Amino acid sequence: MLRRLLKDFRWGLLPVPGRVIALIFFVALFIFPLIVPATYYVRVLTYANIFVIFAVSWDLLSGYTGQVNFGHALFFGVGVYSVALLNKYFGLQPWATIPIGALVAALVGVATCIPALRLRGPYLSLLTMAFPIMLAYLVMAFKDVTGGEFGIGGIPRLAGTVTGEYYICLLVMTASVFIMYKLTDARSSFVRTGLIFHAIREDEIAARATGINTIRYKILAFAIGGLFAGLAGVLYTHVARAAGPSALSLTMSFQAIIWVVFGGIVSIYGAVAGVYTLYPLVEFLRRTPIGQYRLLVMAVIVILILLFMPEGVAVWIRDKIETECPRCKLTNAAWRRECRACGAPLR
Amino acid sequence: MVELIIVSTLVTGGVYALLATGFSLIFGNARVINLAHTAFFMVAAYGMWYLMRELGLGIIASIAITVSATTLLGLLVYRFLINRIREHHAAVLLMTVALALVFQEIFLGIFASHYRAIPFLVSGYSEILGVRVLNQHLLSLGIVAAVIVIVWLVLTKTKLGIALRATAQDAEIANLMGISVPRTLLITMGIATALAAIAAVAVAPLWVVYPYMWNAPLVMVLVIVVLGGLGSIKGSIIGAFIVALVEVLVATLMPSGAYLKVMFAMLVMIIVLVVRPGGLFGIVFEEERL
Repeated sequence: MLRRLLKDFRWGLLPVPGRVIALIFFVALFIFPLIVPATYYVRVLTYANIFVIFAVSWDLLSGYTGQVNFGHALFFGVGVYSVALLNKYFGLQPWATIPIGALVAALVGVATCIPALRLRGPYLSLLTMAFPIMLAYLVMAFKDVTGGEFGIGGIPRLAGTVTGEYYICLLVMTASVFIMYKLTDARSSFVRTGLIFHAIREDEIAARATGINTIRYKILAFAIGGLFAGLAGVLYTHVARAAGPSALSLTMSFQAIIWVVFGGIVSIYGAVAGVYTLYPLVEFLRRTPIGQYRLLVMAVIVILILLFMPEGVAVWIRDKIETECPRCKLTNAAWRRECRACGAPLR
Repeated sequence: MVELIIVSTLVTGGVYALLATGFSLIFGNARVINLAHTAFFMVAAYGMWYLMRELGLGIIASIAITVSATTLLGLLVYRFLINRIREHHAAVLLMTVALALVFQEIFLGIFASHYRAIPFLVSGYSEILGVRVLNQHLLSLGIVAAVIVIVWLVLTKTKLGIALRATAQDAEIANLMGISVPRTLLITMGIATALAAIAAVAVAPLWVVYPYMWNAPLVMVLVIVVLGGLGSIKGSIIGAFIVALVEVLVATLMPSGAYLKVMFAMLVMIIVLVVRPGGLFGIVFEEERL
């Protein structure tokens, strides 16, 4: 077992620069609070960890399965409000609210399918965009229950210390991203969903013709997307210790899309890289003199990315440092002359 | 009460009709869902306010400069930003949202988030069948009605209109018939933006001008075009008046109606999408259907 892991590490990981970078990055995340104990920076990265779950869940639903959802904040907001209401009216603690909130969000994801399965393309985007806006107006209309625009405060913390919260979010994020990575891995031999999600995105009619029950897998994609987005919302509420209607805003939905498109759509590492680049950047801009224009900066970044690197920054960088062997499809470092396994010339 | 509802419905519906028609035109021809459409409306409203209030120009000069400048802005945006990624739906949606945010943040930076008011273009009121109606309302209605009629005539009677509709039906065949599709799309974008600017001119004296004013109309325009059928001009105009009636009724008759009016409009949209996915007068695009 250990020897096999070591072998994988030596021959599967080290020769591929992208995987080395990913490993170094995750190790750095785990030792970050030990090097930089400042509360502010740990806090920023805690939120970044939470938003990674949110962004990757959008990528799974919209990037991989092709159901372009413009209201992903719905699931996030449902997670946020189920935690806040359960805590306010039933006094439930985090160990109970976290699974319940995530499950409620997954159920909402399934419920979204009832109208969403009938529509495609831009119609689906418009429909999904409407849901969180409607829920936000409902929250505003029933001020007595939900606290209206001031929201609900006084929610218990996730852990005693800031560092403790950071590690909980980091572990949940790592597990969630790993699960979603496996679910969307088209080359996996024991999970079929990855290949099927790709098939549904590329050509739904052809996928159905080959005997795939596309309806079932679309519902599954909505449920998984809802589950993990809800999980992000639940964690967010316990870390921020307040729930407000901003969790349901259009900005929230578009933030996920902006992060993913920046990093690279239809790639898990793209979504992760997008959040860890843009979220801290925007947070630090807040403290500089141009802080009030950070939304403008972000919008301009999006426009430039769409025009000049439509695949996203992370994918663009990966294409620079990695090449695929034309014969055996194995990933190689870009500076190699011949493939590391079969010896075929790479150029 | 009743006359207030009728007048508000007509004015709001007229503005929505102009906005939705432009939105529908650019969607029908270029398959571009332009979420920045109402941002151009906001830009034009700010233009009117700045020219009239700050520079003290006359009404006619202000209108002429505002409409032409906004149209030019729309053409530039289309030519250099949207046209290059036109084929990708999600990219276009994201690009236009980013554009709207850029406009919003620029105006927020220059003019701050104060509410601005534009003086009425005409003062006084007239009596129609014993009901007092502000002249400004009548003027807004007149502008809206005239523009809708002009657009309708252009689309149905002129060579340009035939080219536009041919492109909307099948861009490839239109290209084979000698219609320059890229130029037609550029003209469509110009017309759409001009309609948004005219809507702003007509209604800016009645509404307040502020950087976030593009949000609420955008949601309503989306509801309307889905209700009427994406890409259908007739559907947009009829849908606009239906949605305006719902909005005005909910806002005046229900408690906390200001919050609920958007919700009701969206409920209408979802029901229409589920029951009749093509909308009332929907144009069915084969490749976009299940």
